[in-house]
Amino acid sequence: MSVAEYAAKHGLKRVGAREPFFSYLKHAWLRRDFAYTMAQFTNQASMAGNRLGRWWLILQPAIQAGVYGLIFGVLLGSSRPHNFVPFLFTGVFLFAFMQSAFQQGASSITGNFGLVRSLSFPRILLPANSTIQQIFALMPQLGLLVVTLLLTGQQISWSWLLLVPIVALMIIFGFGVAALSARLTVQIQDLSKLIPFITRIMFYVSGIFFSPARVLGHYPVALKIAELNPVYVYISLARGVTISGYSASLQDWVAGIVWALVALISGTWFFWRAEERYGREI
Amino acid sequence: MAAKSKPKLEDRKPVVIVDDVHVVYKVLASGKRASRANAGGGMFSRGLKLREVHAVKGVSFTIYEGDSVGIIGTNGSGKSSLMTAIAGVNPIEKGAIYASARPMLLGVGAVLIPAISGLKNILLGGLAMGYSRKEINASAKAITDFAGLEEFIDLPMKAYSSGMSARLRFAIAASRDHDILIIDEALSVGDQQFRNRSEARMREMRDNAGTVFLVSHSMKSIIDTCTRCIWIEKGELIMDGTPKEVVKAYNKFVGSTTVD
Repeated sequence: MSVAEYAAKHGLKRVGAREPFFSYLKHAWLRRDFAYTMAQFTNQASMAGNRLGRWWLILQPAIQAGVYGLIFGVLLGSSRPHNFVPFLFTGVFLFAFMQSAFQQGASSITGNFGLVRSLSFPRILLPANSTIQQIFALMPQLGLLVVTLLLTGQQISWSWLLLVPIVALMIIFGFGVAALSARLTVQIQDLSKLIPFITRIMFYVSGIFFSPARVLGHYPVALKIAELNPVYVYISLARGVTISGYSASLQDWVAGIVWALVALISGTWFFWRAEERYGREI
Repeated sequence: MAAKSKPKLEDRKPVVIVDDVHVVYKVLASGKRASRANAGGGMFSRGLKLREVHAVKGVSFTIYEGDSVGIIGTNGSGKSSLMTAIAGVNPIEKGAIYASARPMLLGVGAVLIPAISGLKNILLGGLAMGYSRKEINASAKAITDFAGLEEFIDLPMKAYSSGMSARLRFAIAASRDHDILIIDEALSVGDQQFRNRSEARMREMRDNAGTVFLVSHSMKSIIDTCTRCIWIEKGELIMDGTPKEVVKAYNKFVGSTTVD
């Protein structure tokens, strides 16, 4: 009798063996409270040391948007896009979410190594936890965004409610990216050095402070690529349903849904494939 | 140990089977001695290569129901690597480990979140182990009392001494009956009073048909609490037997004459 047969005869299971994909997801789902609670506590802890506490959740994005508004507003002069202030704020806030989903997701395993080494739970809860943390940070920014829209004289309308599915799609996309980058940084640590450059490049090419149609009007292929860039897609959708003079195209909607699904499925699948390896040093 | 080691297959009910397990760490290092000659040129350190550290080299054993196993060995012998592998949190290079239930590891390295309070860490630890909020809230008081931290439970854990946080971690893990519990030197930081309390708890768990692994440098607690002892040295299993005889052989090896 082989050892495996002997183990099976007595009902023993192999330790650390990767579960089948769907039962893995099911187990992770059953423990979602852990990811949520951890996000909540880490968030509280990160605010606890500051005198202004939670106010920073509003102050930080407000300062950031103010700085960008000043710099790009002056720099761009008359070539500013139409309705510049809400245009820029939408871009900056949504971009901040996707950027930190990617950055924090990338360090969600490597940064919680102690936890990974001491407790066994479906590891996908860690990128999930880091995405939930970013959602907590996003909510006050969305509130600030709505205030900005009202202050700049945008007509409130039912189409604003479409922000909910748009943000939901963006969150799904962000989680997929977090799972992908979480595994990649475990296996290739050098990647963490490149992440700041990747996010910087994305910031400059995703139409945060300019409209790709105006800049790339003469280059149809480049324009198409710029318009299908997922970061731009979600920002453009959000602008389309809130700011007058902009509209969400069908192409944006399709691209937004496709990107979210592609990121979610490929991210969880790719992450799950390496489940047994996350405790490894390199 | 040239031949592949094999675990013994008896007819008693096995709980953990460790079958020819190898743990290998890959470390990116230059492999040069630090000397003046090598001090320059470090900036673009060529010769950086993947070095392998073979921490566990083909260990095999079978643990049966009701065993409580002491694991001994000198520092760096591979005890902790083997224990984290049994807990399923350290990937193994070769071989297989089978267990009747998910082993719960309690080690000195077990960190939750230092910036949040002890009480919140109790909640978080419980959730990670898969318990519901309700179950944890019901046992939070008992955990706090067991750890002896009533006055400090609302303070952030970073304000705790190392003994205090070790006590809390043990209390969290020991709050429930685990079928298989691995305790990796977690008790060594606690004071005598806490040590007595936790040894009593370990015996209680063992009596409830639980299996306990205890990694310790205290030969006294091994002899006091274990029914079996395994000695590991340089990643290989040297001896497997009753605590008394293994500890005697180990003491001879390290040149110690007293029991503790």
